[in-house]
Amino acid sequence: MSKIKFGVVTFPGSNCDYDAFYAINNVLGYKTELIWHKDTDLKNSDVIVLPGGFSYGDYLRTGAIARFSPIMDSVIDFALKGGFVLGICNGFQILLEAGLLPGVMLKNESLKFVCKNIYLKIINRNTFFTNKLNKDVIKLPIKHGEGNYFADEKTLNELEENDQIIFKYASKYGEISAKYNPNGSVKNIAGISNREKNILGLMPHPENACDPILGNTDGSLIFSSLVKNLLNLIEV
Amino acid sequence: MFIAKVIIKRRPTILDPAGKAVEQGAKLLGISNVSGTRIGKYIEFIVNTDDKSAADNEVKIYCEKLLSNPIMEDFEYTLEEI
Repeated sequence: MSKIKFGVVTFPGSNCDYDAFYAINNVLGYKTELIWHKDTDLKNSDVIVLPGGFSYGDYLRTGAIARFSPIMDSVIDFALKGGFVLGICNGFQILLEAGLLPGVMLKNESLKFVCKNIYLKIINRNTFFTNKLNKDVIKLPIKHGEGNYFADEKTLNELEENDQIIFKYASKYGEISAKYNPNGSVKNIAGISNREKNILGLMPHPENACDPILGNTDGSLIFSSLVKNLLNLIEV
Repeated sequence: MFIAKVIIKRRPTILDPAGKAVEQGAKLLGISNVSGTRIGKYIEFIVNTDDKSAADNEVKIYCEKLLSNPIMEDFEYTLEEI
């Protein structure tokens, strides 16, 4: 087991929490613990994962109620102090609702729930999450009804100026165009970070692309990039 | 022409999971004095006729047969001439 520890938060309605636990702990072999949303202790995790699912049934706006779960105060505190936080799908929406990342999620332009493999072009390779990736384009699954990322022009300009756009939907050869955009997100954005690059939110599911039995292991590259960087930090 | 404004609510005796979940969020937010949160639907549309009774009839059918589920929901509406 690695020295790096992951904590995966379970909100009421999360349904990818165990997927994340299984992929990180059982498949990739990194120490992982599930954290209940009513707890406030992050259990000495080096990385917090906010998983996908339908927290609180998505009854208000996706992720809106989860933002007020007791654990989120600790997650916000951890993130603002530079702790690494990865929000996947509903976890990304929770990061937006918590104000840790800018923008909002709208319903998919098609008004349909989409569930398929897509390709992501890595736009910023200079983050702990992406700098050890040996590919320019990775394949990951998506499964969401509200993944249409939107931000106003001022925010988009800031995201671009500060290299906060990390992933865009693209063809398998890396061509970015509307025809490869599964949900209508502005500028084909699939994942963004904060300015400091320690908080990453993305709609696709890397945890569902780790186990070789699934025929796709590109998701593991994101977790291993992060772990390699964190181990370097400890050793330095 | 009329504008119809329809409000659809779950019957008071029927559990409203959305209202309950949102109210739990209110408690987590530290709001302690709210209770009985119920989430309904507001629907607005134009009715293209000058005959108020025909408009009324169409709105009623629309509400009863499509917009609401009469087994668990009640509806109310207003019709304003525009």
